[in-house]
Amino acid sequence: MSGGVDSSVAAALLADEGHEVVGLSMQLYDQQEGEARFGGCCSLDDLHDARRVAAAIGIPHYIVNFEQPFETHVIDNFVREYAAGRTPIPCAHCNSDVKFATLAERSVGLGAERVATGHYARLERDETSGRVRLRRGLDRSRDQSYFLFSLDQAQLAAAAFPIGHLEKTAVRAYARERGLPVADKPDSQEICFVPDQDYAGFLARRAPGIEQPGAIVDERGETIGRHGGVHRFTVGQRKGLGISTGAPLYVLELRPAEQQVVVGPKAALERTELTASAVNWIEPEPTARRRVEAQIRHRHTPAPATVSVLGSGHAQVVFDEPQLAITPGQAVVFYEGDVVVGGGWID
Amino acid sequence: MRIYLDHNATTPVLPEAADALAQATRDVFGNASSVHAFGQQAKTALDDARTRVAALIGSEVPELVFTSGGTEADNFAIRGAADALEPTGRRHLIASGIEHEAVLNTLKALARRGWRTTVLPVDESGIVSPDALDAALTDETAVVSIMHANNEIGTIQPIAALASLAHARGALFHTDAVQSVGKIPVDVRALGVDLLSLSAHKFYGPKGTGALWIKRGTRLVAHSTGGKHERNRRAGTENVPALVAMGVAAEYARLRMKDEAARVGRLRDHLESGVLAKVAGTAVNGAPDRRVPNTSNISFDRIEAESLLIALDLDGVAVSTGSACSSGTLEPSHVLRAMGLPTHRAQNSIRFSLGHDNTEAEIDHVLAILPGIVEKLRSLTTRTVRA
Repeated sequence: MSGGVDSSVAAALLADEGHEVVGLSMQLYDQQEGEARFGGCCSLDDLHDARRVAAAIGIPHYIVNFEQPFETHVIDNFVREYAAGRTPIPCAHCNSDVKFATLAERSVGLGAERVATGHYARLERDETSGRVRLRRGLDRSRDQSYFLFSLDQAQLAAAAFPIGHLEKTAVRAYARERGLPVADKPDSQEICFVPDQDYAGFLARRAPGIEQPGAIVDERGETIGRHGGVHRFTVGQRKGLGISTGAPLYVLELRPAEQQVVVGPKAALERTELTASAVNWIEPEPTARRRVEAQIRHRHTPAPATVSVLGSGHAQVVFDEPQLAITPGQAVVFYEGDVVVGGGWID
Repeated sequence: MRIYLDHNATTPVLPEAADALAQATRDVFGNASSVHAFGQQAKTALDDARTRVAALIGSEVPELVFTSGGTEADNFAIRGAADALEPTGRRHLIASGIEHEAVLNTLKALARRGWRTTVLPVDESGIVSPDALDAALTDETAVVSIMHANNEIGTIQPIAALASLAHARGALFHTDAVQSVGKIPVDVRALGVDLLSLSAHKFYGPKGTGALWIKRGTRLVAHSTGGKHERNRRAGTENVPALVAMGVAAEYARLRMKDEAARVGRLRDHLESGVLAKVAGTAVNGAPDRRVPNTSNISFDRIEAESLLIALDLDGVAVSTGSACSSGTLEPSHVLRAMGLPTHRAQNSIRFSLGHDNTEAEIDHVLAILPGIVEKLRSLTTRTVRA
């Protein structure tokens, strides 16, 4: 329970269906260190909101300290990825490596059968095969299945997404009807542990060595500007380059070893192929290749592609049409309609 | 059935104290500073309460200043003494590493204002060594603050010996006796201290009431200014009904202490020996023969204390992992870490603190369910997380 409306309604729905529900909120950083305060989904105020919601629903509520696993599996990874010139998705790691790992394990210890969250995604259990199918949330504009691709079958079997079949408006309406004190609380959009969404500042505090100035080069390797560190950039970025030329320039590639940011015209961002690592198959793994619709970032319209299994968790994805800004560190998630087939991390 | 084993966090209000509070709220509404009959009635009630609390700790009646509780008393003692001694050039404060946050954070606040502070180590049983204090004392030390009994492990400090060391260097000695008053005999003269904090809700009185004992002749600068309440030492209209209830609780504590301490001590020992016998991989933290009789702090190998606390609560047994802080979060104990326990052991310790309301049947019930809960938690091996 993050203190937001989605997980609050998820808890209320389960309680109203007659399940025995225990509310858990994760403390992910030291609340006492006021100056380094994180914003977003896990601030102290949000934990209080979660507690008030649990009281309104009439379920027990506990704040569990997850600073250490969060630091190890989410924040360290986040910093490492940026330092390597990649653009990470901490929420996906939080899901597969914290919420549906450490938290789920603790919950089993408390006698829980499932860990429910307020994700917009749906689960279907196939009684004959024993597999669990992951589908997009019914509210396509809120769908969060992209961030859940790395859950394995055991994790999915222990999960529940009670609001996955609801529209956001229905979630808010339920919260109002149920008298939950967070019914009209604004959505959190940002990454919870980065204050004011100042990524560069956060990274510089966490990894002081990361601030290595370098050259902005064009596709031919000619220096056309300077920058304050590759961690400040992401592939596909246009603003903030500090270069005025006739045609708009985009970040094409980050080369952290040389501290270079490669820029070029929009057309140069187009790629038809990518490889992915740590590929997780939620549907049965194909023997060689499979046609899918592949989504390369949260707000990307999935595009038809062919996935080839390369072994050792690697896969190659070839799109039918070129895609803009395939970004290392982001996830490529394979869909078939609204079913999540699998996914991996873009190399 | 719900079983409450967290009396060091707070105690249920004694029914007689609750009745006294309700009655005084209705019948004694006067302002104790007023001249008329209503005021005199309130003043008399206040005096009676002060007399009863004073009797509990061997204090003269005028030496007691009522406060909103232990935290305010600690703040008043340390800040008030620091402010009073600052002009003499004494700008150094000493406390132990296992103090309550009310003391530790007050020292930190004064450190930000330029005071030098020393945090004393404790040994593995949680005792402050007089030698360590002696080494830390200087001619600039203004106040030494060392708690009488620790809230998490119950360890009782050698206060008289420590206080005489402080006095030999001209420093004042404060003790936070919030966890000892009402549990064991506390006599301010025998302890030889200058300042002593106590809190009513730890001995079956209402929350929001406490006192600072200030040895006659000790000068403190008041930190709340206003009317001439509490002999000019703590401005603000007194909460007479709650203080009346505190007086009732203090009297009960004084009269019943001997029998209750023995009874609760037997229950605690029954619980502790039962846990050690029935649950493998357990160990008692603290000084078994030098602690308040109601407290047992036990480490459970390969257990997250947080999970054990929650599992016990879901089964109706209320315990604690350490001090309850305002956000209700569960963090490794600074007390256990100060004792040199490794982090994992500081994170797998549970505090059981017993009280008047506990029965042998309750302890037997806890001993019946605890081994199964621990076994279940231990059966979960940490999931291997993919990179």
